[in-house]
Amino acid sequence: MIDWSGYIGLILQGALVTIELTVLGSALALVMAFAAGLGRLSRFAGVRVLATVYIEFFRGTSIFVQLFWAYFVLPFAGITLTPLQAGVLALGLNVGAYGAEVVRGAVRAIGREQHEACVALNLGRYHRMRHVILPQALPLMLPTFGNNAIELLKGTAVVSLISLTDMTFQAQVVRAQTGSTLIPFATILVLYFAMAMAISAGMRWLERRASRGLDGVRV
Amino acid sequence: MEWDWAFVWQIMPTLLEGLKITIVATVLGAIVAAVVGLVLAIARRSPNPLVSRPVGFLADFIRGTPLLVQLYFIFYVLPDIGIRLSPLTAGVIGLGIHYGTYAAEVYRAGIDNVPSGQWEAARATNLSVRQAWIHIVLPQAIPPMIPALANYFIAMFKETPLLSAITVLELMNQAKSVANSSYRYIEPITMVGVFFLVISLISVVALRFLEERYARVDER
Repeated sequence: MIDWSGYIGLILQGALVTIELTVLGSALALVMAFAAGLGRLSRFAGVRVLATVYIEFFRGTSIFVQLFWAYFVLPFAGITLTPLQAGVLALGLNVGAYGAEVVRGAVRAIGREQHEACVALNLGRYHRMRHVILPQALPLMLPTFGNNAIELLKGTAVVSLISLTDMTFQAQVVRAQTGSTLIPFATILVLYFAMAMAISAGMRWLERRASRGLDGVRV
Repeated sequence: MEWDWAFVWQIMPTLLEGLKITIVATVLGAIVAAVVGLVLAIARRSPNPLVSRPVGFLADFIRGTPLLVQLYFIFYVLPDIGIRLSPLTAGVIGLGIHYGTYAAEVYRAGIDNVPSGQWEAARATNLSVRQAWIHIVLPQAIPPMIPALANYFIAMFKETPLLSAITVLELMNQAKSVANSSYRYIEPITMVGVFFLVISLISVVALRFLEERYARVDER
């Protein structure tokens, strides 16, 4: 008979690493999404090109390749990253590129008249974005951001392959030590699903908050 | 460490060997996903809640959990109940089922877009449910879905390196084994990135063409 309590503890430790990666990765992805998404709408051609190259590059190659590149190739350029740093960097930059398109789409979806009204009211570029456009664009972005965050959560499983001890890695350890396959993998599948559910519930709550007071602004 | 072109040419045949497996896995996975997606989409619309509810939950569950873990599940757990699969078969099934749940959503949107008058007309002309699906609804629903489906298949192509985790010798695995035996990581891993980027960029152009060709719903 196998004593499961120790192994469950191992998987829960892995769950903490997975959560940490998801939170840090999402934070970086959010910053990159706004930087690149607004960069693509910039009036300077240089910024637009830079943002487009970033987005196309990270959407065109897979997260797996980016992660391996960050972990195995960057050290040769003198940048040595811990597995956690490499994981956060790759996940954040990858999902950030997808998020950037969401930001761009949502900002472009705000009607011309809003921009014109801002010009008529003599608001500067910063104030126009900060106080008029983004508050209306944010509720449009949130549902897709929620999906992106779930994609990021699912992406964290890949970091187990660069020896980071996340949930998937711990499940492999349990498999190797006990020879049981069903229990560790079924457990982590359920845990991943629970985390995904938590993210989508949190996003629905945020969405309600962000769209508060916007009733009737848009049809 | 410097970039070495001679080494790149030396490892090219091995990488191309891997690329072949990557493409085979993508194509087979896409076929499985297209079929699984259609079955899921139709089952989810079933009037019997004992069918539609569990199928809906299963699809959400598969979409909410990582493909890598699902691959491990197929590859390591199924042999315990007597189903022994080759790595490539397990990979294709994993990719197909995972992306099938995404494809199901595309089908669902496409089917919902067929006006209900088409259903009613099919019933009025005494076609059976099966005939209505095959001859009336699906032929109208599928063309507008093609660009969205193609989009997911490009995404699936980019996920195929995960198959290396269950020992499929695809592009990433070939690159890793080359890197491990020669202690040079820069060229193999970068070349894998280049291969993926080039193929993705080509597929994006193809996708634009598909959108031009099929996505015009209003011109029907």
